[in-house]
Amino acid sequence: MTLPLLFLVILGLTLVGFYLGRSRALAMAGGKASNLHSLPGFYGWYVVVWCGLPALLLFGFWIALEDSIIRNLVVAELPQAMRELPADRLGLIISDIRNMAYGNIPLSKADDITRPIVDHYISLRQLGTSSLWVVAISICMVGILWGRSRLSPEFRARNRVESIANILLIVSSTIAVMTTVGIVLSLIFEALRFFAAVSPLEFLFGLTWSPQMAIRADQVGSSGAFGAVPLFTGTLLIAAIAMLVAVPVGLMAAVYMAEYAGPRLRAWAKPALEVLAGIPTVVYGFFAALTVAPAVRLAGEGIGLEVASQSALAAGLVMGIMIIPFVSSLSDDVINAVPQSLRDGSYALGSTQSETVKRVILPAALPGIAASVILAFSRALGETMIVVMAAGLAANLTANPLAAVSTVTVHIATLLVGDQEFDSPKTLAAFALGLVLFAVTLSLNIVALRIVKKYREQYD
Amino acid sequence: MTDLAVETPVAAMPAQGTTGVHMTEKAKQRLKARYSAERRFRYLGLAAILFSLAALATLLVTIASNGFTAFQQTHVRLTLDLSAEQIAPVGTTDFTRIMQGNYGRIIGEALEKRFPEVTSRRDQRRLGSLISPGAESQIGRMVAADPELIGQTVQIWLPTTSDIDVFVKKQVDTTAPEDERRVKDIQVGWINALQASGDLELRFNTRFFTGADSREPELVGIWGGVVGSIYTLLVCLAVAFPLGIMASIYLEEFAPKNRLTEIIEVNINNLAAVPSIVYGLLGLAVFIGFFGMPRSAPFVGGLVLALMSLPVIIIASRAALRAVPPSIRHAALGVGASPLQTVMHHVLPLAMPGILTGTIIAMAHALGETAPLLMIGMVAFIVDVPVTPADAATVLPVQIFMWADSPERGFVEKTSAAIIVLLVFLLVMNLAAILLRKRFERRW
Repeated sequence: MTLPLLFLVILGLTLVGFYLGRSRALAMAGGKASNLHSLPGFYGWYVVVWCGLPALLLFGFWIALEDSIIRNLVVAELPQAMRELPADRLGLIISDIRNMAYGNIPLSKADDITRPIVDHYISLRQLGTSSLWVVAISICMVGILWGRSRLSPEFRARNRVESIANILLIVSSTIAVMTTVGIVLSLIFEALRFFAAVSPLEFLFGLTWSPQMAIRADQVGSSGAFGAVPLFTGTLLIAAIAMLVAVPVGLMAAVYMAEYAGPRLRAWAKPALEVLAGIPTVVYGFFAALTVAPAVRLAGEGIGLEVASQSALAAGLVMGIMIIPFVSSLSDDVINAVPQSLRDGSYALGSTQSETVKRVILPAALPGIAASVILAFSRALGETMIVVMAAGLAANLTANPLAAVSTVTVHIATLLVGDQEFDSPKTLAAFALGLVLFAVTLSLNIVALRIVKKYREQYD
Repeated sequence: MTDLAVETPVAAMPAQGTTGVHMTEKAKQRLKARYSAERRFRYLGLAAILFSLAALATLLVTIASNGFTAFQQTHVRLTLDLSAEQIAPVGTTDFTRIMQGNYGRIIGEALEKRFPEVTSRRDQRRLGSLISPGAESQIGRMVAADPELIGQTVQIWLPTTSDIDVFVKKQVDTTAPEDERRVKDIQVGWINALQASGDLELRFNTRFFTGADSREPELVGIWGGVVGSIYTLLVCLAVAFPLGIMASIYLEEFAPKNRLTEIIEVNINNLAAVPSIVYGLLGLAVFIGFFGMPRSAPFVGGLVLALMSLPVIIIASRAALRAVPPSIRHAALGVGASPLQTVMHHVLPLAMPGILTGTIIAMAHALGETAPLLMIGMVAFIVDVPVTPADAATVLPVQIFMWADSPERGFVEKTSAAIIVLLVFLLVMNLAAILLRKRFERRW
């Protein structure tokens, strides 16, 4: 709890700094704010910047890097024999020590060799935390003194504060770009390490997927098969089933809502459809596994078909239900955006409402509808929890919706759950799959957003 | 047919006269076909909406009917002899000393006293399996809280094992032949006897709301997951809300229209549609792999969810800022406010309800998010309620996922009940967003 407390202390000090700066400025102006260049509050803010910003930056750096700094120090202190262990064994030992130091594993489990290391770890941590307290608080104090010493009635406090605020605004708006860069870099970096072990051609075109890597190199079956085609086809199969449910239902619902429904039905049905989008996917997954999959199997048996207990059909059906609102609400928007004059023209020629919809409105809204379908498809490709819970792990290369298939997202999730280190091809394969998923969904999104933008310009 | 004719524009201008190309038999047939096509189309649309609503209703009803029973748990009332020789000498107050007492023996004796006719070893074991293993620590805690109980005889309600619980609730086939049932005939006899004397009943399951995870379905609780979710959401909010507002202010109010801001904009729109699991990979590679942050910590989970909800918050905030009319800005600038003062004092407060609405909806999505948190190890089995955001913890949706994966029958109702709780949280958040919008929405 000491770190959150320190954070509060820093915040408290900045508050003190604000009042000190403001009162000093007012005192220098002889109590008349009109003698100052800026409003008194800006002088306070100027001191706040000097007091809080460096200390908070330090605080953030420490939180982010504490673990790796201490880890490196501890590794340097380990006995020679331990340091020369392979990286994964060393990682295990370090994480054990870490857990003991944090009290996740009782200290009594430590043996004679690790005990002093754990103590060393704890003392390093305490040293780090207490020096952080001292340094952060002194930085705050120095900042207050320095900021205050620069104040004078002519001091252009507002301009200074505003330029710093402007920098903060720019920095926070680049976070989004940094996120993308972070995603791309981390995926590419880890995927390249994977492709050093498995050739990209085998990964993209291989027909068997069984990433069972043995723990030791000399075990049987130590090399897994990393042909991802069964996963790609499985993903496409489930997504296609989902789209078969979601596109007709979502589109018809959107048409009815936009063209036929009265205001009362609209007021009820539209939010109800959006509830479908708000239900967490883990709930859909549970529903699929508990209710839909047995029902599908029962129905299949009823007409004499053999259905796997984790069939693609069940997962796809439930995913389709989840996707309905994505199709319907976007399509609803584009159908409403079709100018009334087109409808009036069609009615004037004597067509019925459905003929107007089919021959005039839908063709006019087609680009927008296509974009919404593409977005929904990309959503279906990236959906994880439903397939993890209802589709299972069997990576079969089949187009039979009644068989069990697996998807890219399922394998990303299962390969990385658990306490593995990052160096076996098995865990790195997840990043390669993630890279493919990211690339595909990103291109689908870009295409869809392009279409939407172009279409909007047409009628505006 | 007639009411349709009134509504359709075609019938609004009927053909004049009784002759002509539009009055032939063929034309009438055509018209009839067109009207029925119209009707079919209309019913198809209605069917689509009804299908979606029926799916929603099925989902909710399934979850509710499976889950509501979990709020009650089968308990058995036993008369326990808290003798000093099984626990600790009278007058002991030391917590660990009292917790070490042989409570299993005490429960065993109480059961034997209740059913003295049970003598064979096998049946004694079956008798013992009526009561949940968690009962021992429950009694221990009760005694530790009130050490004066040592040496006394008390009557107390203890939870049964999950097998008994699902049997009493009739969630398994109670009429199956004995060797296909987990509850044997002799146990059914005891259950009936206890029920007849009022010593077995369904009581409110407090533990479900106050406890954390467990391997035994009858001992699980959601509080650990709820606290984990709260910490995760607080971190997520603390990071994403200020960053989102600042980014949207810059992009909407100050950014020059150039190549760079265009890239940022396209970027944000695309990020909003990136699959959530990819954010999990990012968190794993960057926060845990690169920065060495602890696995399973709500702090890291909050950061990942913050990156995920940031684009959503930015998009909503920009829409809210855009909706503030330019005249407000002109007036503020006209009386001498600086651009930053204009935004901070006038534009932002007016846009705040919209921004908050968007943020609450983004937080609701973050609350239900599971996949990225699996990646960063929040899927661990954790029996303690987390104390700080850096402790290993799990969150409510991940807890649901883990219980859904457990094979025991007793977990089905617990999973559904946890889903009910999660949905209630989501409902409250969404209602708050709707109320906020209704209350503060301004049309300029």
